[in-house]
Amino acid sequence: MRVAFPSARPDHLAPRQAGRNAVELRAQEHAEQWLLGSLALPGLLLIGSIALAPIIWLFWLSFRDAHGMTLAHYARLLHPSYLITLSSTFELSFLVTFVCILLGYPLAYVIAQARPRIAAILLLLVLFPIWTSLLVRCYAWLVLLQRRGLINTWLSDLGLIDTPLRLVHNFTGTSIGMVHIMLPFMVLPLYASMRAINPDYIRAAANLGASPVQAFWQIFVPLSLPGLVAGIVIVFVLCLGFYVTPALLGGGRVMMWSMQIERNVSYYGDWGAASALGVVLLVLTLGILWVLARVIGFDKLTGAR
Amino acid sequence: MKSTTIALPISIRDVSKTFARTAALDTVSLEIASGEFITLLGPSGSGKTTLLLVLAGFIRPDSGEIRFGDHDVTLVPPHKRNIGMVFQNYALFPHMTVAGNLAYPLRLRGMARAEVAQRVTRALDMVQLAGLGERQVEQLSGGQRQRVALARAIIFEPRILLMDEPLSALDKKLREQMQIEVRHLHQRLGMTTVYVTHDQREALTMSDRIAVINHGRLRQIDKPQELYERPNDRFIAEFIGESHFLPVEVRGGAAYLGERALGLAEPPRHPAAAQFLVLRPEKLKIIDASDGAGLNVFLGQVKEFVYQGESSLLYVSLADGQPIAIRQAAGSAQTAPLPGAPIRLGLAPADTIIVPSEEA
Repeated sequence: MRVAFPSARPDHLAPRQAGRNAVELRAQEHAEQWLLGSLALPGLLLIGSIALAPIIWLFWLSFRDAHGMTLAHYARLLHPSYLITLSSTFELSFLVTFVCILLGYPLAYVIAQARPRIAAILLLLVLFPIWTSLLVRCYAWLVLLQRRGLINTWLSDLGLIDTPLRLVHNFTGTSIGMVHIMLPFMVLPLYASMRAINPDYIRAAANLGASPVQAFWQIFVPLSLPGLVAGIVIVFVLCLGFYVTPALLGGGRVMMWSMQIERNVSYYGDWGAASALGVVLLVLTLGILWVLARVIGFDKLTGAR
Repeated sequence: MKSTTIALPISIRDVSKTFARTAALDTVSLEIASGEFITLLGPSGSGKTTLLLVLAGFIRPDSGEIRFGDHDVTLVPPHKRNIGMVFQNYALFPHMTVAGNLAYPLRLRGMARAEVAQRVTRALDMVQLAGLGERQVEQLSGGQRQRVALARAIIFEPRILLMDEPLSALDKKLREQMQIEVRHLHQRLGMTTVYVTHDQREALTMSDRIAVINHGRLRQIDKPQELYERPNDRFIAEFIGESHFLPVEVRGGAAYLGERALGLAEPPRHPAAAQFLVLRPEKLKIIDASDGAGLNVFLGQVKEFVYQGESSLLYVSLADGQPIAIRQAAGSAQTAPLPGAPIRLGLAPADTIIVPSEEA
């Protein structure tokens, strides 16, 4: 059976005709575009001069040594010590991103569901670490995690451990410190995209027969994906280039790509080698973003939706 | 879609709900017959949507009871109620296609893939969206979204359908068209339908019965015509249709406008002394000086003439300065009365309605 729905299509969708005003209108449109475009000019100039130009310079340097053009800097990167550094950089970045998702998603969910006032307080707590110095936070973790630090003292006082746990100057300590620093960058985009989910969607799912668990996984999580992807991208990319925290909390045992760059510059004064390292990191990062963009769409990647 | 659905009656008994010390619903009781199309009508903040959300299970009443048929559902969670609902903004899932949206309730019910596909096709056909199943929701126009929302709400053959101002986002023409279509759909499928709107014309067009709500209380439940012709009190008369009010005094089964006893078809239903005469613009007739036998006659002066196409509105000031209005079907030969001209108006006793003030 059918219910008759008469066609509701307007019948006057005739193609727009170029009228007498067309020329003048187009001129005005162009002028307006230029005017608006000129507003972006200072920003573009700034980005061009302090971001793009150095990157081009970086590329240039990485192909040169004292004798002229060379690929020696890149050939050297195939040495095992560099490959190990590269893999541990990615390993750490994956781990930190993963833990940030595990901790950040529920946290963002709670904040997004909370009443406005409580949400504001919780958000403040999430943001608070960003406002304090990175160094201060790293040293604070050092105090907490070291052999005779707060955590080991408590655990042994409680009789839970006999010998202190090795919590810092290794992979574990670095991960803990980096998760702490990266968490806000995961929570903020997640929170923003969760907040934008109309509660009517969840109601509609329930009305159609979805249990709260089904509604969460089938409706809420997919709708929060743009925020999750944005958070993953931000955290992962920041992790790849991280320097301070691994240097302090890794105690020389965690070698990051960024630390190799620093070493090449400050120990050996080898700008060419350092540039090559920088170029590799940049290319790998862009490569990952490109793959992500191909899989999930560029608009979601930048959190533009 | 075969109408194998058997509608369920709804019984709302003494339901109350308080939000932050304001009573959103105040001991509301309403019996809705199986298959009935009932409209909850009220101004915004009246509690009509709250009542709908109580029926859907999204709000739990502080006290009272909701029954679907013999089944007490007062505390049953929304996902176990098995009732269809059309949301005000449709709430179509943006990450699913049109077909995905329609299939969702069926998949939740564990229906086989082939059957799901078949039902989705039939539902799309029914709302005249055949072939649009693979579209993304955001590619649809407002009217198309409305139809998808409707199809999704009925695809799992619920025995009760709730609609929360579903047409309010559409423009006037489309809205009026959809009103008739929703009504046809209801006539064919026959599920008990509870419709919420603040648009009195929409309520009059669509409903078997209308329940007028204000300040969380049911003020009158009646058939559209009854509601219009015999409003319970001044609030109803004011909310439904246009009207002007003149204070009258009721004593001994008669109503007095000043010293004059009005001709009535039946004595006033309410005992209060201070009541109001309801003057609907279309019930008043312009009469000559010689006419007026058997009518209640009012004398006044023309204030303004407003041409509105199919009809015209004449604003008149009565002898004591009270403003009233008269609506006349517009004829091409009609001439506009001049402001200041004296005018005689007649009102049949059958149309002479006396109502108490709001708190009745």
